Amino acid sequence: MTSSTAPVKSRGRSDRGAWFLVLPALLPILLLSVGPLLYGVVLAFTDAQAGRTEPTQWVGTLNFQDLLHDSLFWDSFRIGLLWAVGVTVPQFLLALGLALLLDQRLRLRWLARALAIIPWAMPEVVVGIMWRLVYNPDAGILNETIRDLGLGDGRDWLTGLATALPAVILVGVWAGMPQTTVALLAGLQNTPGELHEAAALDGAGAWRRFRTVTWPAIRPVALAITALNFIWNFNSFALVYVLTSGGPGGRTRLPMLFAYEEAFRYGQFGYAAAMGCVMVAVVSVMLAFYLVGRLRGGDDA
Amino acid sequence: MTALRTGRAGRAAQYAALLCYLVFLAFPFLWLVSIAFKPAAELGSLHPTWIPEDPTLDNFRQAFDEQPLLRAAGNSLIAALAAALIAVTVATPMAYVMARRRSALTTAATGWVIVSQAFPFVLVIIPLFLVLKNLHLINTLAGLVAVYVTWSLPFALWMLVGYVRAVPRELEEAAAVDGAGRLRVLVSVTAPLLAPGLVATGLFAFITAWNEFFFALVLLKSAEKQTLPVVLTHFLGAEGVADLGPLAAAAFLATIPSLLVFAVIQKRITGGMLAGAVKS
Repeated sequence: MTSSTAPVKSRGRSDRGAWFLVLPALLPILLLSVGPLLYGVVLAFTDAQAGRTEPTQWVGTLNFQDLLHDSLFWDSFRIGLLWAVGVTVPQFLLALGLALLLDQRLRLRWLARALAIIPWAMPEVVVGIMWRLVYNPDAGILNETIRDLGLGDGRDWLTGLATALPAVILVGVWAGMPQTTVALLAGLQNTPGELHEAAALDGAGAWRRFRTVTWPAIRPVALAITALNFIWNFNSFALVYVLTSGGPGGRTRLPMLFAYEEAFRYGQFGYAAAMGCVMVAVVSVMLAFYLVGRLRGGDDA
Repeated sequence: MTALRTGRAGRAAQYAALLCYLVFLAFPFLWLVSIAFKPAAELGSLHPTWIPEDPTLDNFRQAFDEQPLLRAAGNSLIAALAAALIAVTVATPMAYVMARRRSALTTAATGWVIVSQAFPFVLVIIPLFLVLKNLHLINTLAGLVAVYVTWSLPFALWMLVGYVRAVPRELEEAAAVDGAGRLRVLVSVTAPLLAPGLVATGLFAFITAWNEFFFALVLLKSAEKQTLPVVLTHFLGAEGVADLGPLAAAAFLATIPSLLVFAVIQKRITGGMLAGAVKS
């Protein structure tokens, strides 16, 4: 952004012109996004319910107090954090590995890039369905491979109390890896090659070159994309809804699934809105990290 | 870029790692395709194979018999096309202003674009549900399109701002000096240069809407209105018991448009996404 002068015409006229240009997008944003968000916060302090005839009452912080004592909510909150960390961290490490590989002059690079489109472009519902077919206890390829390798009979991964959460986490990692890879790869390709060569001439090994040259260059991108991934994962819904619907016994009931059930199965709009507020608070922390990373990225770029 | 000499052992390790990634990325999808073409008898077998021994299209036929896939795809197509067209149409002028001038409004818009990436849908969907209900837009594609337009606006704005900045200001100024009015400049100079970016942004909005599940699940109640992702979940049945073959066939079909479109715009999205997510 260099200068603020409009290219044509006088200041006053172009200001009016600017409003005219902005309004078509601004109206839906205010009416269908900002407005509902504020309305959602208001609802959190009411006893709003689906299909009720008597007027909605203001209840103060009652919903939040109830949330505090709702062990199911805390379970889902804990699972949400486990899931978000459990997906985000391996996703980042795997993506970093793939990005470093794709940055090398390897054959088959193009194939990896082409394949990475699959998880990225697929509807989440299809990703969920596809992995249910992989995990299927009888007809699934996972158990068949385990049987082939003589490691036992395999199991019903998605309905086992101990295996359900790790199983859905693996799917989450698979589904989000490409975006992270592409972001990191772009960061890598902004690294000047001479730095690597200079470091190599100085006798730096691969690990030292990574630590002193590569990592500092991609750190802003890495921080930003990790914070965003955490936020997206914490808020995710469709994947786990299709894979387990939150089962078995709530072991994979992410906060979004819990809130969805409260709102649209039990009609507890006020209560679910309060949950939404708590989720906003959680992701705001990560959003702060993201903004810091982004600002740094902006300075470097 | 790093054209460093890597030892032979290092190269071998790199190729081994790359191979692992290729397998990890590809195998679930190959399995989906494999099941989609397997006859029912083979799906019941205790030792499933990668390649169907007796490939068949029965699953596809059965999928169309079991669920209204064509109607659902039609609904998805209408919703996604409308959302993409409207989103690009309303976002382009605003993106132009955001790219060309800095004011309190554009700063606020930029901030909102960032923050909106972190919205938990649940806080937005309840009020939206109530608002759309009062407008009698629940269970209509129009209501869904309105939500999708709003939903894809931040990202569309973000991509478009980047594309507008790529159009040299000097070109516009030169045309203005030659006596062209502002609108004339926009239409005959800026728009043609912007066209590829508009298409990429539109296609991205299309894919986002085509793949979307949560809003469609909440807002569309009747079977005739539901979009493809929602109808796909009907194959899973109430207790999660699924007819695997038709399920795989339908899921496979639903993916094809996304994969095709994505393959076309992948490079552009990468740039747009990065501009949006990481750089300022």
